[in-house]
Amino acid sequence: MKSLGSIRRDFAPWNDPNAKPYIQFDKATKKFGDFTAVNNLSLTIFEREFFALLGASGCGKSTLLRMLAGFEEPTAGRILLDGQDLRGIPPYRRPVNMMFQSYALFPHMTVENNIAFGLKQDGMPKPEIAARVGEMLKLVKLEQFAKRKPHQLSGGQRQRVALARSVAKRPKVLLLDEPLGALDKKLREETQFELMDLQQSLGLTFVVVTHDQEEAMTMADRIAIIDKGEVMQVATPAEVYEAPGSRFVAGFVGNVNMFEGKIAHGEAGAASIDAGNGITIRTENAGDAATGATVAFAIRPEKIKISSTRPAGAVNAIEGEVYDIAYLGDMTVYHVRLDDGHVVRASTMNAARITEDPLSWNDRAWVSFRPDAGVVLTR
Amino acid sequence: MSNAAVTAAASSRAAAAGKSALARLGEAFVGRLVIIIPYLWLVFFFLIPFVIVFKISLSQTAIAIPPYTPVLGFGDGLSGFVAQLRQLSIDNYVWLTQDALYVNAYVTSVIVAAISTVLTLLVGYPIAYGMARAPAMLRPTLLMLVILPFWTSFLIRVYAWIGILKPEGLLNQLLLATGVISQPLIILNTYTAIFIGIVYSYLPFMVLPLYSSLEKMDYSLIEAAKDLGCPPTSAFWKITFPLSLPGVIAGCLLVFIPAVGEFVIPDLLGGSQTLMIGKTLWNEFFANRDWPVSSAVAVILLLLLIVPIMLFQRAQARAQEQDK
Repeated sequence: MKSLGSIRRDFAPWNDPNAKPYIQFDKATKKFGDFTAVNNLSLTIFEREFFALLGASGCGKSTLLRMLAGFEEPTAGRILLDGQDLRGIPPYRRPVNMMFQSYALFPHMTVENNIAFGLKQDGMPKPEIAARVGEMLKLVKLEQFAKRKPHQLSGGQRQRVALARSVAKRPKVLLLDEPLGALDKKLREETQFELMDLQQSLGLTFVVVTHDQEEAMTMADRIAIIDKGEVMQVATPAEVYEAPGSRFVAGFVGNVNMFEGKIAHGEAGAASIDAGNGITIRTENAGDAATGATVAFAIRPEKIKISSTRPAGAVNAIEGEVYDIAYLGDMTVYHVRLDDGHVVRASTMNAARITEDPLSWNDRAWVSFRPDAGVVLTR
Repeated sequence: MSNAAVTAAASSRAAAAGKSALARLGEAFVGRLVIIIPYLWLVFFFLIPFVIVFKISLSQTAIAIPPYTPVLGFGDGLSGFVAQLRQLSIDNYVWLTQDALYVNAYVTSVIVAAISTVLTLLVGYPIAYGMARAPAMLRPTLLMLVILPFWTSFLIRVYAWIGILKPEGLLNQLLLATGVISQPLIILNTYTAIFIGIVYSYLPFMVLPLYSSLEKMDYSLIEAAKDLGCPPTSAFWKITFPLSLPGVIAGCLLVFIPAVGEFVIPDLLGGSQTLMIGKTLWNEFFANRDWPVSSAVAVILLLLLIVPIMLFQRAQARAQEQDK
């Protein structure tokens, strides 16, 4: 069985035409004065999905989250949750909870009271509140910190209190605004998996806003890439990476080599692309791009092989000169300047400790790739 | 390395160490100096005058210059000084407790100041809240408007209120003209006028500390409260108000303390029917020329204010200590 990327997914309601959408942005627009933060955006999120909104800062992703939470009302369009139009429902009556980027822990309350705050608002009986708070503290492993105040905790502990507080009410949807943004790298990696476990065990729908593509790729079932208030692509992490829908997405997620050119000859998905200066690229992933169409050929650095001689039987092989090498330990990234001046990045996993015949700066080298290694982008 | 080189290096290190020690001493001295200056200020302008006032409060009134005995001095040698000290007595304090006038004046002053403080808080809080929530561009202007009245003399501003509050004043004319009332309201020379005067005069002292504590509050806390199911009014009482308590306390103290001893406002707006300790003190001093009794009144007033404030501050410090 073949699959895009290296993971098999059993949870994929977005492929099921009968699946009922849980959260729906229906042509939602939000304007702040002259500035359009969200532009006629439609998006569907399914129940129990871990959904990521990925984009650069100021792209409108946080506005989407704030509209779901009820802090902003859309200027036009609708937002539906479980079939119900959310317009006019104030934040305190929505069955969604949010984990704030700043955590927004109440500084005058203990950890315990912070977590209990939402439950008290609902008028839950005291013994039940105590039980739920205990359960939440256990979940985030902060039992011995129950009586502390937020300023007596470390950054990671505060993050967990914020998380416990936001899931304590068992919301239908949990919104997370840059949940790991304030943590250092190591803690962030650990917490990513904790968040995924938590989502699985509670069976909640998570919508997370992030500018960190690695974070989105690790945690999310699907990613929506947002730019200038519009959705560029919604897909699984593997699809976003291996089958980007546009030049923007290909360039935004991960590293990519891009060749602009024209389809010289194409049929049944296979095509040869004239990239100028005598470079012809043969690909099997041309989709329905017609002959003569202006396209971009995008290929990831790790899918390009680099060698000192032309590999025998290679369909695509271009000669150039090594002008920069970055040794990163687990892999090495070569920057090769092709004879037409084009610079190509090729990365090689350092699977062995010893390399025979290593390349050096200014060496002549060949970059080669298989015909199915890259994708043709028409947008 | 040769021996000579080692010695040279050692001596130069020692020199460097000696220099840095001297520099450290200098820094320590400058550090102390910074603390000493305010303490010296307090000693010269608070402690010494207070000791003098306290001494006068233990003296007896006399028709002389200065109008009390004994006047301490070493004119008759040490034994004479001790003899003078023997003449000091607490008679004036006993007198204060025996005359209901003073007790009443103290009690009334504290009550008037307390009511005025609460009223100032009620008026000042919404102002400070509105300022803190105003667009950042507008805030300096609003702050300026709060401070603006200070550019005119306090006395003149209180006088202006006479023109507003008197029976044929602006307020009554306005209310009569609009038909809200048919008889002029008697406000001037009542406690109501004192309340109005104090609220008006001390409002900036309430607004400024409130504003500074409300302004630095993170608005996402309110959003978090709403997100967790808390309607806006309830969010105010559960989040905003508790977090602004330091501002509330500072503002209340800044209003309450001077209001207890206030003299100008009760004198100009309160008339002769109202009784407050500041006015009583003024009468003792200027009308009766009884320096010892008025000094005793001042000492009691100070103790009356200082003791609760110190207790309160100690409780606060302890609460902060526990938080850490």
